[in-house]
Formats: sequence, structure tokens, C-alpha cells
Amino acid sequence: MKQGQQAKADYKKLQKKHVPKKPVLSNCIKAFLVGGSICLLGQFVQQFFIAYFGFNDKTAGSPTVAVMVFIAVLLTGLGVYDRLGQWAGAGSAVPVTGFANAMSSAAMEHRSEGLVLGVGGQMFKVAGPVIVFGTVAAFIVGLIRELVTKFM
Amino acid sequence: MPLLGKQTWKFNSEPYLLATAAVVGPKEGEGPLGEDFDNVHEDPYVGQDSWEKAERRFFEEACERAMDKAGVCGEQINVLYAGDLLNQIITSNFAARQLAVPFLGVFGACSTSMESLALAAMTVDAGFADYALAATSSHNSTAERQFRYPTEYGGQKPPTSQCTVTGAGAAIVGKQGQNRPRITHATIGKVVDLGVISPFEMGPAMAPAAADTIAQHFQDTGRTPEDYDLIITGDLARIGHKLAEELLEQQGIYLGDKFKDCGILMYDPDQSEVFSGGSGCACCATVTYGHLMKRMGRGEFDRILVCATGALLSPMSSQQGESIPCIAHAVVIERGESTWT
Repeated sequence: MKQGQQAKADYKKLQKKHVPKKPVLSNCIKAFLVGGSICLLGQFVQQFFIAYFGFNDKTAGSPTVAVMVFIAVLLTGLGVYDRLGQWAGAGSAVPVTGFANAMSSAAMEHRSEGLVLGVGGQMFKVAGPVIVFGTVAAFIVGLIRELVTKFM
Repeated sequence: MPLLGKQTWKFNSEPYLLATAAVVGPKEGEGPLGEDFDNVHEDPYVGQDSWEKAERRFFEEACERAMDKAGVCGEQINVLYAGDLLNQIITSNFAARQLAVPFLGVFGACSTSMESLALAAMTVDAGFADYALAATSSHNSTAERQFRYPTEYGGQKPPTSQCTVTGAGAAIVGKQGQNRPRITHATIGKVVDLGVISPFEMGPAMAPAAADTIAQHFQDTGRTPEDYDLIITGDLARIGHKLAEELLEQQGIYLGDKFKDCGILMYDPDQSEVFSGGSGCACCATVTYGHLMKRMGRGEFDRILVCATGALLSPMSSQQGESIPCIAHAVVIERGESTWT
């Protein structure tokens, strides 16, 4: 087998022929449907809290998120959420339920290494970057907003 | 000469493959080869409390079954060659503690099955052992958590991914045997890397290594594909296998229908989340030691070439953006005049 740059370039061409493309369009459609359905469900839960428990538009957010997170964690524990994730992709990963799945799956997985170093230490393994970059992005966007409102 | 050409060992005494055993998990049992394994566990935990312990249990059971079938007890085993995918090959190391036999750990990623079998045959051929045991295992859940994400994490995998086989395979090689197949040659592969980076494209990464070893085998032995009834790769799966076939054709080696892949045979494409096929140390080991040995015993093959393929990456190397070095080792198994069940 030849190695080196030429062989690598030739092999890349050969791979293009045989390696199937990611089905981007159908993934987008599935993600839209599932992501939208999760948000719709969240909307129902929110309306439920407003109608029956005396919350208003602003305060209903917290119990709604708690319910959605609870559902996602339950489905993760029952071994359903990863199946949904394979089908829906970003549709089930982007909403708050995806974050709950990332946390709870890591916590379950590392239970065998103990509560402190396993669950405690590894729980943020998958979800950690979301928090880090979420905070960084919020900081930058907040800074831009502050500057824009001050000088314009 | 025991060395043919550059990379092929010819075993003059042609050691016997006294017994083989394959134990698998539920998903493999549901696949088209389910009947051919010695035992199918419905519980992927096998009653243990961690995935790692479960994998070890598969490993130990495969060894026990192989010893039972060969009628050999632990004390008679002169050497055990074993490896697996976990860091510091803990499955093999910990199982070897239980077996208490002289032990050499090997790591060839998914090529470990044929790497250990070649070493076992060499040791017996050279007279350093009367009985050598070669074993390997993998577990879907231990591999997922070490190489990818937590098992219950809802990430989406591309169609080029493969499904790590849950199971273990073991083989006993002996100096003397009756009515058993023999190991005649082994071709030790070189590490080949044609620049595939994505850890979700293991098949395409390993295909050049498989093609290299198979072509080298024919060159070293002077044989042609006509000399074999089956030439089978370990876990290239549907995409990698096509690539290997084309790479061989570029070198003028046409294998046609004889060219198969354990990763493709293992699962039905309609099974959930098998993607392009099986992978893992246990893929080549269980298909060879379970399915292929059964078929050979029925007289379907006289001589086969099993080429196990391994992707020598670590989660760290792939996060650092390095391409995947790959290797393939091939072993020739001959039926002789015998048949068995």
C-alpha cells in the first residue's frame, strides 16, 4: 500500500465515491418537527400553569422548565431519549430537554465510579461546554447591547 | 523457512485450533447469526453491576466454554494472549487474574482477535506451549462511554458509524488434535494511515490497512484468491468493505463473492442503530469463532483467510485532530479432512 500525500489525496477521492453524505435535508425536517413538538408541549404546560395555578406570563417559565426537565430525565432513565435523539438530532438536543438529557445521561453513566468523583465529577462532561459557551456568549451579547444602548 | 516474503509466518507444524467459543449480547443474538453463537445473553449487564464487569464476564465465559469444549483445564494452558478495547486492557488483565494462567496482554484494537490467534499459533508451533489460549472481548456500552458519549445521551450518529459488538470470543490452539482445523499461516500487518480523521468513519479508515495485509499475504505466499473459499475482514462494515474491495482491485486482486466482512454479517441492516455494521474486538472474534467455525465444520469451507482490522486511535488523539492509524492481521485456517459440529 502506497502511503504519503498522493495516496491520501487519491483515497479521499475514492471515499467521496463510497461514503454516503449526511442526510442534511431530512435531518433538518425531523429536527424541525421534533423540536417544534417539544416546544409546543412546553407551551401547553405553560398555559396549564397560567390557567390553573395563578402564574402569569413571566412567572410560569420556571415551573414549565422544571416539568420539561423532569420529563426529559425520566425518558433518559427509561432509555428512550437516546433513541429519540438518533432520529431527531438537533430537534431533541437544542431545547432544554436536550440539556437535561446530557446531564442525566452522564450522571447515570458515571454512577459506577461513585457519587463524588463519578456523578459529581462527570455530570458536566457533555453539558459543561454548553454552560461555558452560553455564559461567554451571554457576556458578549450583553456587552454589545450595553454599548449600543449607551451610544445610540 | 517459517518466514515467507516480508510479513507472513508459515507454521510448519500447523497447530490445531482445538476449540473455539463465542458468547454475545442480546442485539447480536437477534441478528442473522444468532444461532451460531455458544451463548446469547439477554441481559447486557449479565447480572453484574457495571458495564466493565459485564464485559469481563463475557470474556471469562468465552474462555471457560472454549476450555470445556477442548477438554482442557486451566492448569494445562501454557499461555494466554488476550486484549480488549478498554484503557489498560482491563477486561483481559482482570479476567487473567481469575484464570490464573501465564498471560501476555496484547492490544491491536479490533484486530486483537487475529493478533492473539497468530501469536498463540506461533507459540505452539515454536514449541513454547502445548496449549495456548487466545481471547478478546468488547462491549457496546463500555466502548460507547470510553470512546464516545454516555450510553443514554441523545446525540445523533452519522450513517458511517458502526455498532460495537457486545460479546467475547476465545480459541484454544494445541499441538495435537483430532478432527480439528489447523492454523497454517499468519500475515502480520503494517500500520497504515491514509488520513481519515473522523472517529465515526472507522470502516473507511481501516480499509487501506486491510487491503494492504491481504495483498501482502498473496504476494508473500504466492497464492491467489482461488486458493481460498472465503476471505473475510473483521469490521470494515458496509462502507469500508466496498473501499477495501476497490483498493484491492486497483492492485489487480479481484475477490468477488468470496470477500465478506464480519461487521456486515453480524447484524441485519434493519436492526435499530446498527448503522453501517458491527465493530469492536468481539465482532471478528465471535463471527469467526462462532459462525465461521460452524460453517467450516459442516464442510462449507476448506480454507479461509480471516483478516481482522483495528483502528488504533484514542479519544484523546481524535480530539487533538490526529488521523487514525490502522492495522490488519490475517490468519489462514484450514479444515483438512475433518468435519465437526
